[in-house]
Amino acid sequence: MNSSRVRLRVLALSSCIGLLAFSAHAADVEIPILIKDHHFVPSEVSAPAGERIKFVVKNEDSSPSEFESVDFHREKIVQPGHEITVFVGPLKAGTYEFFDDFHPDARGHLAVK
Amino acid sequence: MLATLIVVFREVLEASLVVGIVMVATRGVPGRGRWILAGCAAGVLGAIVVAAFAGELASLVQGAGQELFNAGVLFAAVAMLGWHNIWMSRHGRELALDASRIGKEVLAGSRPMYALSLVCGIALLREGSEVVLFLYGIVVAGDSTLGGMVLGGALGVLAGLAVGAALYLGLLAIPMRYLFGATSILILLLAAGMASQGAAFLAAANILPSLGDSLWDTSSILAERSMAGQMLHVLAGYTARPEGIQLAFYLGTLLIIGTFMRLARAEPPADRPTRTPAVPEVR
Repeated sequence: MNSSRVRLRVLALSSCIGLLAFSAHAADVEIPILIKDHHFVPSEVSAPAGERIKFVVKNEDSSPSEFESVDFHREKIVQPGHEITVFVGPLKAGTYEFFDDFHPDARGHLAVK
Repeated sequence: MLATLIVVFREVLEASLVVGIVMVATRGVPGRGRWILAGCAAGVLGAIVVAAFAGELASLVQGAGQELFNAGVLFAAVAMLGWHNIWMSRHGRELALDASRIGKEVLAGSRPMYALSLVCGIALLREGSEVVLFLYGIVVAGDSTLGGMVLGGALGVLAGLAVGAALYLGLLAIPMRYLFGATSILILLLAAGMASQGAAFLAAANILPSLGDSLWDTSSILAERSMAGQMLHVLAGYTARPEGIQLAFYLGTLLIIGTFMRLARAEPPADRPTRTPAVPEVR
């Protein structure tokens, strides 16, 4: 086999491993949230600035919800009994609102400090 | 009832604005009604299927199925909008200059209507599946009467369609000689906005980095959830607190489609239709 091609493959493979290692290294701040009776529990959460955040949202209701935020532009449907993850940020300091698009009374805030 | 109305209205509005733009862009194209209707019908059917398998879709690819699906259909729509604009750049002038009615029809017939039809279908697929899930949720939770849900849903659909129709009628006021340029810009902005949304989905799934958050914050000037903010969000990708990857995709889309449009305009089309019409012209 052509040696330059082998080198190319090794390079491609190692950069893949590098990328994987990078994404594994970037530890995320995990924020678990429950959707219960069409409300977020807890509805006020916080995270440090400059860290990537991983929302883990579980829907304990019998109807679908949509975890959404205009401030950090995310939307994801959460089927009843299911759990979803949503990656956000790293964010700057400030307050970010999130809501359930299907149940507009369900609102919460993420305080980034 | 009111909650149903508002949620359904928001979703229908998004799809209806997209279809409104497509209808303006295809003004005067023979058979466009059938194309658009077929796209919309396919979109509604697709929405029901997507809603029915939402749980399965979400759990695909280690939980990133929803994001990949949304980003995929959005980028497909971006490609179709771009292809339409590039095609129009290549043939638009001919369309305007070709005096013969038959020449115009030959050209108009080869216009990539399937591209815009698909864009309508994708808009209805995305928004429609949310409406289906939302309405299904109301039935399951039983926190609204069936009559209230149907009435709220119907009013929401009508209100959403009304805004789309108003946009369409408003844009029809653009004089024919500016219409080509104006719709090219509208479609370009629509494509850039969709690309930016698609990028946000990939960032949500941790496939793309966010490249900085809240590059600016104009939410105090124009809130994204306000009526005007939401319309601008759909039509031109307005984002009050954009993240870097969204801006990169937005500008990248403008640049790539814009460059191809320019190139298409520069070179004379090779596949121009024959000058002598197949059927003798009536004098």
